[in-house]
Amino acid sequence: MSRAVPLCVVGLAAALAWPLLVPNYLVTIGMLAFFTAFIGQSWNIAGGFAGQTSFGHVVFFGTGAYTSTILQVTYGWNPWLAWLVAMAAGGAVGWMIAVLSFRAGLRGSYFALITLAFAEVFRILANSVPFTKGGLGMLIKADPRPENFQFKDPIWIYYLALLLCIVSLLIAWQLTRSRFGARLVAIRENEDAARALGIDVFAEKVKMLTLSGAMCAAGGTFYAQKYLYIDPGIAFGVDKSVEMLLVSMVGGAGTIFGPLIGSFTLMGINEVTRWLASVVPALKNVQPLSLIVYGIMLILIVARLPDGLMSLFRRKPRHA
Amino acid sequence: MLEVRDISKSFGGLKAVDNASLDVAAGEIVGLIGPNGAGKTTLFATIAGFHRPDAGAVSFEGKPITGLAPHRICAAGMVRTFQITQPFAGISVRENIMVGAYFRTADRRLAAREAEAVAGLVGMKDQLDQRGADLTVAGRKRLELARALATGPRLLLLDEVMAGLNPTEIVEIVGVIKNIRAAGVTILLTEHVMQAVTSLAERVYVLNQGRMIAEGTPAAIADNALVIEAYLGHGAAKVLRA
Repeated sequence: MSRAVPLCVVGLAAALAWPLLVPNYLVTIGMLAFFTAFIGQSWNIAGGFAGQTSFGHVVFFGTGAYTSTILQVTYGWNPWLAWLVAMAAGGAVGWMIAVLSFRAGLRGSYFALITLAFAEVFRILANSVPFTKGGLGMLIKADPRPENFQFKDPIWIYYLALLLCIVSLLIAWQLTRSRFGARLVAIRENEDAARALGIDVFAEKVKMLTLSGAMCAAGGTFYAQKYLYIDPGIAFGVDKSVEMLLVSMVGGAGTIFGPLIGSFTLMGINEVTRWLASVVPALKNVQPLSLIVYGIMLILIVARLPDGLMSLFRRKPRHA
Repeated sequence: MLEVRDISKSFGGLKAVDNASLDVAAGEIVGLIGPNGAGKTTLFATIAGFHRPDAGAVSFEGKPITGLAPHRICAAGMVRTFQITQPFAGISVRENIMVGAYFRTADRRLAAREAEAVAGLVGMKDQLDQRGADLTVAGRKRLELARALATGPRLLLLDEVMAGLNPTEIVEIVGVIKNIRAAGVTILLTEHVMQAVTSLAERVYVLNQGRMIAEGTPAAIADNALVIEAYLGHGAAKVLRA
């Protein structure tokens, strides 16, 4: 790990200097990359470290986005305060899904499907209950003041995304060196052996999904405050689930920097393909080109680099 | 130390274990033998909390533990290993053993130190940085032992730790098991190779088709007509005597 320290310092310096050096649209791209790395890390805790592959992580994202937005719009709460409640709500939903599905002994693809089902149920509920304003979505009144969790200058939301990303990296780093993290990895590698060695597999999984859900919900509020609008399709749509899964898998599931590397890779592909589509006439109607490239890339990575891009940097034998 | 009373366990119509009882006293090495399919692993899994018995009771150091979850039984001081080895394949031997060691401490350094000490005891000091997946069969068997030992048990349940090993490796692991007992850990082990058991166990139970058919010293067991028939077939004892 020690040779990662200078890399981290350089990376952090570059990330801090970035918005001061580049035009605004690149600041926003950087912001999105860090934000996606953050929610990707929340997936990575479940799908990467603990090996509980979720296809419906967006359920936490949407819970966070809707909780803070409803508190703010309908009840006049301060969004920063609402953010805390949103995280608690995301944690609570994580706890509930974990208790229901792990109590029933669901593993592997069954767990993946049940999370997908939960996300869809939440999407349909958000579409039909009155307090979410249904399919119309919810609009947050623009009032760009920092105490309002809205910023005039994109540089601040960029730094906030960077901060979230750093916090998520620290959480992941802590997982690699704590008993809790070691237990999650043991559960991923072999559940029966983990049980035999005194691990309360159910309790650890519940803790894990509660943490992951709270993190992901924090991302939901952040997203709502950035775009000031959410609807059931944005907040509970399958796109975000796939995005979280994709950045972790591409970067390296179960590694600290996997989601970050994956997120920057996909953001890069996004920009390059957008540019290609604008200069190559034949590609103009292939929309969105980036999804095709993602697909190819995911196939290649699963086939050739199952541990993600991170494995290119790692010395062969993994150890503590 | 361990009392198993009249345990029965069926899977569908198959009675895997039928009214089996056994006792292990502190400090002993007790063997549980029987032909393939006799129900040894099922009995083990039931004692260790992986199966809930249909009938019967298990108590450990005087406390009832029947049907408790495996992690609670581990907390009580009894750990099992797996006949079909279950390494944490993607992580190093050190990290594998640390998972066991974390049972006693939340401190990473202590767990790492404990893992290294246990690795020394089972002869894996030079393999600490190998991945679980890269170990040989003998290495995996040792890892099973090491991980279980790292939880600090007073009673170890070893499920066929010698199966699949060559004679040299068997001699080595017999030495390791003797060291573990010398360190104060009581051992109950299953084996279908009788020879391996006779060199270790003071007392032996024989399980056949789910029933306990004999109990005694290895020498007495080797002379027992029922046992010989269980292994060699009906009428074998008479043929051998003649």
